[in-house]
Amino acid sequence: MASELVERYFRKETLPNIWCPGCSNGIVTAAIVRAIDNLGLDQNNVCIVSGIGCSARASGYLDFNTLHTTHGRAIAFATGIKFANPELTVIVITGDGDNAAIGGNHFIHACRRNIDLTVVMYNNHIYGMTGGQYSPTTPRFDRATTAPYGNIDRYFDICKLAIGAGATYVARGTAYHVHQLTKLIERGISHKGFSFIEALSICPTYYGRKNKKGTPADMLKWLKDHAVDIKQGSKMDPEEFHDKFIIGELLNIDEPEFVEEYQKMLNNLKVNYK
Amino acid sequence: MVKNKELVIIEEWCKGCGICVEFCPVKVLELKNGKVRLIDADKCTKCGLCELRCPDFAIYLEVKE
Repeated sequence: MASELVERYFRKETLPNIWCPGCSNGIVTAAIVRAIDNLGLDQNNVCIVSGIGCSARASGYLDFNTLHTTHGRAIAFATGIKFANPELTVIVITGDGDNAAIGGNHFIHACRRNIDLTVVMYNNHIYGMTGGQYSPTTPRFDRATTAPYGNIDRYFDICKLAIGAGATYVARGTAYHVHQLTKLIERGISHKGFSFIEALSICPTYYGRKNKKGTPADMLKWLKDHAVDIKQGSKMDPEEFHDKFIIGELLNIDEPEFVEEYQKMLNNLKVNYK
Repeated sequence: MVKNKELVIIEEWCKGCGICVEFCPVKVLELKNGKVRLIDADKCTKCGLCELRCPDFAIYLEVKE
């Protein structure tokens, strides 16, 4: 036996998962499942699409319609699924490498299109599966297998990228603040349009070890201590804020949604060109 | 205290990461031989924080009939 949540929404025969001890991918995956459960969605009407990477393994463990696709291309596959069957709730599970580097272009144009997908990006600041190479979200001067003396590149804020590219729901949560993360995912799924949720995660095996971040629990505490809720963030002075990051709902606006607009155009054409 | 719930541990799934032990507000969990274990069932408040943060779905509250 396992918990009700696991019995109902996971392919139990695939467990235990292969993620490293203390990897937060399981915490974020469970948050997605809780969000789906809280919304009361029909399991057969949900499609989970993932790319390549540690995070992408989630689609194999989950008992929905699932698709494990190629590196960086999860959003492209998800776009096809949503287009072919707009009734489906399509959720993309991706990582910082998968979504921000290899899949960067698919991501920005899906944001711009405002297609009704929910993308949850597990951001563990490193390429875990391939051995700890630095990713677009490895903080400046932090170490990775391919940056033994520190990473020179600046940190890529993917929430800002999503907002700039035209996503209509953007939020950031963490693997420590699980209740909030679940709520943010729920709102993202309910939102009509492109929803992006960044889930700050921990990789104790590579990012943690390379940067002496301590135990998995220490790394979760770091998230707890450095996260500032958006409601408080605006009141803080920049000096106090320098090593902190904002969590919560960063953007929630309404714009025309791509599939609906396409349907409208089709209907117009049918009327005008009979 | 929630009486009709029971804390269940799936030992085969536990990887001994220690997250639940660290975040247990009443400190009733410990690691032994790389696996989590409940040391004081009476003190456990069944808050469910361990279940919420377990990355391996190896600890959870079960509702008893």
